[in-house]
Amino acid sequence: MMNIPLSITTTIHDWLFSIMPEGAATITEWVLIAAAYLALFAVAGLYLVLLERKVAAWFQFRLGPNRVGPWGIFQTIADALKLVSKEIYSNRKVDKFLFNLAPYFVIIASLMAMAVFPFSKQFQGFDINIGVFFLFAVSSIGVIGLLVGGWASNNKYSLIGAMRSGLQTISYELSVGLSILTMVLLSGSLQLSEIIEVQRTGGWLIFQGHIPAIIAFMIFMIAGTAETNRAPFDLVEAESELGAGFHTEYSGMQFAYFFLAEFINMFIIASIAVVLFFGGWLSPFGITEGITWFPEVLWFIIKVFMIILLMMWFRWTFPRLRVDQLLTLEWKYLLPINMVNLVLMAIVIWLNITL
Amino acid sequence: MEQLTNNKIKTEEYFINMGPQHPAAHGVLRLLLTIDGEIIKNVDPDLGYIHRSIEKMCERDSYQQIVHLTDRMDYLSSHINNGAVCLAVEKALELEVTDRVKVIRTIFDELTRLASHLLWWGVMGMDLGALTTYFYAFRDREMINDIFEETCGARLTMNYYVPGGLMFDLHPNFVNRVKKFLVDIKEHLPEYDRLLTGNVIFQKRTKGIGLLSKEDAISYGVTGPVARGSGVHCDVRKTHPYHAYDRVDFEEALFTEGDTFARYKVRIKEMWESISIVEQLIDNIPEGDIKVPTKAVIKLPKGEFYQRVETARGELGVYINSTGTKNPYRLKFRSPGFSNLSVLNHISKGGKIADLVAIMASFDFVIPDIDR
Repeated sequence: MMNIPLSITTTIHDWLFSIMPEGAATITEWVLIAAAYLALFAVAGLYLVLLERKVAAWFQFRLGPNRVGPWGIFQTIADALKLVSKEIYSNRKVDKFLFNLAPYFVIIASLMAMAVFPFSKQFQGFDINIGVFFLFAVSSIGVIGLLVGGWASNNKYSLIGAMRSGLQTISYELSVGLSILTMVLLSGSLQLSEIIEVQRTGGWLIFQGHIPAIIAFMIFMIAGTAETNRAPFDLVEAESELGAGFHTEYSGMQFAYFFLAEFINMFIIASIAVVLFFGGWLSPFGITEGITWFPEVLWFIIKVFMIILLMMWFRWTFPRLRVDQLLTLEWKYLLPINMVNLVLMAIVIWLNITL
Repeated sequence: MEQLTNNKIKTEEYFINMGPQHPAAHGVLRLLLTIDGEIIKNVDPDLGYIHRSIEKMCERDSYQQIVHLTDRMDYLSSHINNGAVCLAVEKALELEVTDRVKVIRTIFDELTRLASHLLWWGVMGMDLGALTTYFYAFRDREMINDIFEETCGARLTMNYYVPGGLMFDLHPNFVNRVKKFLVDIKEHLPEYDRLLTGNVIFQKRTKGIGLLSKEDAISYGVTGPVARGSGVHCDVRKTHPYHAYDRVDFEEALFTEGDTFARYKVRIKEMWESISIVEQLIDNIPEGDIKVPTKAVIKLPKGEFYQRVETARGELGVYINSTGTKNPYRLKFRSPGFSNLSVLNHISKGGKIADLVAIMASFDFVIPDIDR
């Protein structure tokens, strides 16, 4: 199959190995891939911010950013440049080491998760056989950054925000994990590319006619939104209560790391949803199955943006939950439902029936 | 064993300064919170950050000038504040304004109340995390501001009422624009209900939060929508009608639950009532003079005069103590926000920080009104 990303990468691969020794070429390749992912990360983060601002504007009869470039497409780049040029300032009594360390926890967690993303059949950095597990494990490192940042800021509002983020992320990770497990049961694999290949023949997992799959998707969307600390679960940075929550004291690029990581996390959650429920890079009804030149990555991106739009819709229409309601929702409703759902799915698979 | 008990993890209460600069305070209100984890143990409001000694300045000014100062108290109900002073002065002078003035003042008061409640609705949603409400509300409030701007030239500090009448006559477009606005707002208010009122999270956040009993509301001197949410019959427009309120048909919004959601419902209902009042009056504004002539220097007779009006936040009282000169000897404003603030500690104890924010949003504080 002739595919654009494949041909480019093969050309670069061959060229690198022809001009330098094998070891050096491998290392150069690693660096190139890492740089490509970093660039992707930055672009995706910045344009998600722009998309959020535009979506918010559409919800609120505004125009949104429209001054820098046509339709404001360079607005977030200008913002990023401004943030880069700003002084990294910290108060006198902060714990300097932890304060400076915290943003990197958050950003690295998001970046590492990106490594296993199956953008398309040929476009996947690292296709390990425990891909789902890896994604899930790595994305939970981020909360350490929030906790450390809030603690080191030496600010009571930051501390409250950090504590909230801790309890929120730890609680909702259970639901995310269990709903992912339900889908892993159905697909029979932990490898992301394998999960998608299963859906090529059997149809997208959510449309295979299993009610547990639909329940799992709903729970995943709720818990996933909570995982990314977005409204209606944005208690961590509840601006009308805590100012800016855990990142109140951060400025410049350190703030930008927290800010971008939130959007990248949204991208990660949406990607997991697409892989597990909506067939990853597969086209709907196989309409581009036979077209060899069509970049499958496009389908992946389109689906991810659909899910992201859904999450933005939540954010701009729902009020915020209170902290005890947040925990009640998770421990009294989502978690029990999820456990029953997992057992139900196991029975469905075991008896080979459609429910 | 002893070592174990000594090393036991302890928790302790701590203080938080909520304000003077805080997004939920809507101004420079400083709340000293004593907090145990997320639970509020004590709320201690600290005032004075926007005190401009308006009452003292009034002792220096003539009665026409005092009217202008009242815009700066509760800036969201500036027409109503102006009206309070004008009514007090007219009462002292035993001046009877024309019917036209009375009706126009009633329409302007109700439009002001509508604008104020619209802003409150937007901000209430914003405090609870639903940012979109803010823009919905401002879309409609903008139309009212435009109507005001056309007639009196100002959008916030109106200065339209003067003792004895009004400063200018109505703009020729006024009636048409108000009618068009009424059509729009009646379409938009149900939209608001769909966006926020029916939301499960919103109801969970407001129902049963900040319970204020009827007895407490009366003993703390709480007025306005907050008291009416607890079932206290206290609408000055009903109990002591002024302007043209005795000739319009409207219902006092009363709910008995006494929680944040009841206060929310009171204001939503008041918006509908305001619309109905304006509708009743807009088609038959009587002809007549817009001003009864007064002397250039108004000297009130010796004595004490008191006038109460219903602002968007509650009962505003104006007390004038005159010695017969061109300035008042003492002028005191009984502002609704100040009395309402006093009950905050009582009803927010034991709640979470987020509850305090919801309660404060439902009280609709305007800090310059509390501090003056």
